[in-house]
Amino acid sequence: MDGPGKTRGRKNRLERNDRLVRLALLVVAFSAISVLLVITVFIVGQGTPIMFRYGLKSFLAGSSWYPSEKLFGLWPMIVGSLFVTAGALVIGIPFGLSCAVVLTEFSSSRVRRIIKPIIELLAGIPSVVYGFMGVVILVPFIRNTLGGPGLSVLAASIILGIMILPTIISISVDSLQAVPPSYREGSIALGATRWQTVKMVLFPAARSGIIASIILGMGRAIGETMATIMIAGNAAEVPRSLLAPVRTLTSNVALEMGYASGEHREALFATGVVLFVIIMALNTIANVTSARRRRQP
Amino acid sequence: MKRLGPRVEEKAVRIGLWTLTLITVSVLLFIIVFIMRRGLPVLSLEFLTANPTDMGKSGGIFSTIAGTGALTVLAILIAAPLGIGTAIYLTEYTWGGPVTRIIRFGAECLAGIPSIIFGLFGFILFVTKLKFGWSILSGGLTLAFMLLPTIIRTSEEAIKSVPPAYRNVSFSLGSTKWQTVTRVVLPSALPGIVTGIVLSVGRSIGETAATIFTAGSALRMPTSIFSSTRTMSVHFYILAREGISMSKAYGTAAILIIAILAINVLTYYLMHRFIRRYS
Repeated sequence: MDGPGKTRGRKNRLERNDRLVRLALLVVAFSAISVLLVITVFIVGQGTPIMFRYGLKSFLAGSSWYPSEKLFGLWPMIVGSLFVTAGALVIGIPFGLSCAVVLTEFSSSRVRRIIKPIIELLAGIPSVVYGFMGVVILVPFIRNTLGGPGLSVLAASIILGIMILPTIISISVDSLQAVPPSYREGSIALGATRWQTVKMVLFPAARSGIIASIILGMGRAIGETMATIMIAGNAAEVPRSLLAPVRTLTSNVALEMGYASGEHREALFATGVVLFVIIMALNTIANVTSARRRRQP
Repeated sequence: MKRLGPRVEEKAVRIGLWTLTLITVSVLLFIIVFIMRRGLPVLSLEFLTANPTDMGKSGGIFSTIAGTGALTVLAILIAAPLGIGTAIYLTEYTWGGPVTRIIRFGAECLAGIPSIIFGLFGFILFVTKLKFGWSILSGGLTLAFMLLPTIIRTSEEAIKSVPPAYRNVSFSLGSTKWQTVTRVVLPSALPGIVTGIVLSVGRSIGETAATIFTAGSALRMPTSIFSSTRTMSVHFYILAREGISMSKAYGTAAILIIAILAINVLTYYLMHRFIRRYS
């Protein structure tokens, strides 16, 4: 028999447990942000001293990268990353947005059930496999038809453009689907065609989500490493054409990390800092744009 | 320029959009068919169960499968409790406010950080500072940090989709919050949470840049969490890049693709079961 006192004791114990659990969960919940902080501290702590020792300007704007002669100019890699990313967007945006529009507006649910998993599969393929496909198919093709070494800005742009498709498609699809059905119905009722509805109603309404998808795609392209190493050619100089080889910030780190030591290793961490700053800026922009979307009715 | 009539424009746009979509789909199918046609003939029981010899030029890939498995299991064991705990806190214990915003911002930023940065970080912290060396431990910890945001997000979505009525019934029966979470919410959200974990397994199998600098690239069979190991993706990368053996590279790639296909089918199946339950 449970007396009233005993029941109260049990209830108190349960409530105390509940408070403990709540506290424990709060600590766990801070794991992600703590990891982010620790990463920031380590990367910045390892990478910034050398940047200031050699001067920020010569580091960021210097155009020669010869670690053995203590020349640490990151300019070619910064330009390289930007070129390759811009190229990836030129490929990724039209294909990605087309897929998103087709999936949400121009296909029956049966077709959607086939196409959607296929596109999700694109996201799962390891980046080394994309890089490999670039090496065995795209690079020889470019070399034979357009000339040059094949390992180039163009090759990297095409492969990265494919790799960012899942990001662009999935976030754009989400934001297009989040547009209230009444917008669509209203437009169709006014006699607009499907495409006019997409162009004049859905795109403006889903704009911030679509922009966020593009920014996140950009982040993926800038951050991609293995595929770029395999197909971009990795020459540490500013590329003069689309067919010239290029080295990105990520490749710079990955190529030399294996054997670097001393100042050379510090310079690679400094490369990481530059990359990190770019990525965090993009993340914050994407975060702000999609937060604005959430606040919209 | 004469403006096209809306109907003509509609037709043209439809054709254009569908063309781009079909090109995207065919690129993916091409990749899979290409790898499989060259990789499947290489596969055999021996390829899967024998250890690589002569730098990978001959033998199989067993030690890399074991290494990938060990690394993935360790990463999931660390990331899953943290991720699911965070998701429970975000969905059941807070309602908006600055703390939630900070936690969510941290998770979203972490999700955007490129794997090479994780690799650099894991290398400096685990490999050199904590002196774990190139090891399964260093690699597993690094991967766990990478997987954390994915697990948080998918678990959060799964928990959110459990109907509020379930919780109300549990509370009205006198259960505490934690009892409600462990006995009602988590069991109902389980398929969704498992989907997230399976997706993370897929990511960790395909990961290269973060593991090559933390787990190293030793080809021998790992014996403890302090042994260096080479994952399948790293093995594939080294075989292909250094031109050691194209046929072994295709074989390894085929195994990677098969693993990813299996994982996608599994998540698809789990998701559908989950969605059917709540709609």
